[in-house]
Amino acid sequence: MAKKEYAFYPGCSSQKGASASNYLTSVESMCKTLDVKLTEIPDWNCCGASIGYAEAGELPRHVMNARNFALSEQHLPGQEIVATCAACWLGARETRERLTHSDTLMADTREALKEAGLQIKEMPEIRHMVEVLIEDLGFEEMAKHVVRPLEGVKIAGYVGCQTNRPFGVAGESFENPMYLDKMVEMVGAEAIPEYDMKVTCCGGALAFSEPEKAQAQIKDIVESAYDHGAEMIVTPCPLCQANVEIYQGQINQRYGTKFNIPVMYYSQLMVVAYGGSAKDAALNGQVIKARRLEEIAAKPVKR
Amino acid sequence: MSANTAVAEKYRNNFLKEIEEQVEMGDWVKMCMQCGVCSGSCPTNFQSAWEHPPQELFMMIRAGKREEVLTSSSMWNCTSCYNCIVRCPRKLPITHIMHGIAEYAHRLGMAPKLQPTRFFSGLFWKNATKTGRVNELKLSMGLYFKDGLGAGIKEGMKMKDVALGLMKAKRLNPFEIIKGHACKDQKGIQAMLKKAYEIERSRKAAKVAG
Repeated sequence: MAKKEYAFYPGCSSQKGASASNYLTSVESMCKTLDVKLTEIPDWNCCGASIGYAEAGELPRHVMNARNFALSEQHLPGQEIVATCAACWLGARETRERLTHSDTLMADTREALKEAGLQIKEMPEIRHMVEVLIEDLGFEEMAKHVVRPLEGVKIAGYVGCQTNRPFGVAGESFENPMYLDKMVEMVGAEAIPEYDMKVTCCGGALAFSEPEKAQAQIKDIVESAYDHGAEMIVTPCPLCQANVEIYQGQINQRYGTKFNIPVMYYSQLMVVAYGGSAKDAALNGQVIKARRLEEIAAKPVKR
Repeated sequence: MSANTAVAEKYRNNFLKEIEEQVEMGDWVKMCMQCGVCSGSCPTNFQSAWEHPPQELFMMIRAGKREEVLTSSSMWNCTSCYNCIVRCPRKLPITHIMHGIAEYAHRLGMAPKLQPTRFFSGLFWKNATKTGRVNELKLSMGLYFKDGLGAGIKEGMKMKDVALGLMKAKRLNPFEIIKGHACKDQKGIQAMLKKAYEIERSRKAAKVAG
């Protein structure tokens, strides 16, 4: 039996061929090493994300998340729901909070769910993967599996918004959370705790609709990483990862900069440090290649 | 009588009450003490994108500036970063109030038609709820082609390198245009959402009537 088991909510961007498919691949490898079993919630649906607000209204949005809760309860009773995506986690947690605090919303949600033949008896706990790592396993357990420390690699920990606000990870401050820096150190790399853009917004969905506004913010995030001597950026959020990585070319054209810095997921760093191959860590999923990590992943493991 | 005139009639001279009853989290607006921390914490307000930053909108609501608030492009500049929420000394759920006012303006048909994030927001929700899961390719295409074929091709060309990079990394699948990811029980999802909209509409209408 696995050490820990959870109902898994991967989210739209993690699906095969989608923008964060490399996140999922690396999370699967990471969980294998840590003996964490993730069982996908059957037929899960989109959380609605924050950007759906124009059409979503209140109840339809909560009903979407509640459907996932009901499916999880039906197929994976008693298991906590774990999301890897910041927006999925936030959307689901927000629904949990609203339904818990409003009997009317809860009753209305139950009525709508009936139409899909579903029901909720108990509210599930909603966790982000980094919460599972930090709170359920702990840094000591995570560090035990490091067999190939990322020595000498300087990494800017970019936490971003939605894993940090409004809920955040327990015990961390909104203005200067430290857990990502600790994870960077845990894999044997060099953290930059003074990286001053660690909680700056990447522009979120505005990267699609109003790119000039989002790119002004992404420019600050990348520039500050360079200013602090970072070789790469690491993040726990799929939209942060995509926004900060894939528009660097356009930002270079717009601002005359020469940005070309890899943007990784924490899970990719961990897989390489745990002795996994470049493929296990989905390094082929980077638009800006992480050459330094590829080199390390090709090295033999110190056992 | 249009939806807009019906509510305008009911809440005449009391725009604050209208916001409290019709907007998600609108009953928090009266708690604002005008400190301005929200405006100073907003990433897009730093780029002067907001015609009226949140604390200004709150004062305008209390001053009855209905037309100015609901037709403003301001709220649509929200990136959902939640900085305003965690910093507000009176704990107003500002992000949600901004989304709520935007949604209400959109519902009444008063939101600026050409505001690109208003368009994208609606597109996203329709895309996600159609099959239960987001189709990223159709979402991007829908955005680029919003102003017609010619403009779409031009937009698409601008994004060519970004798209090619993603395709090479296997993070954008061109076949999603034919068959994308989808939920199995789409019928159940549609029925459930239809019911949710019905309940929400009748609850809001009851307040206008009451």
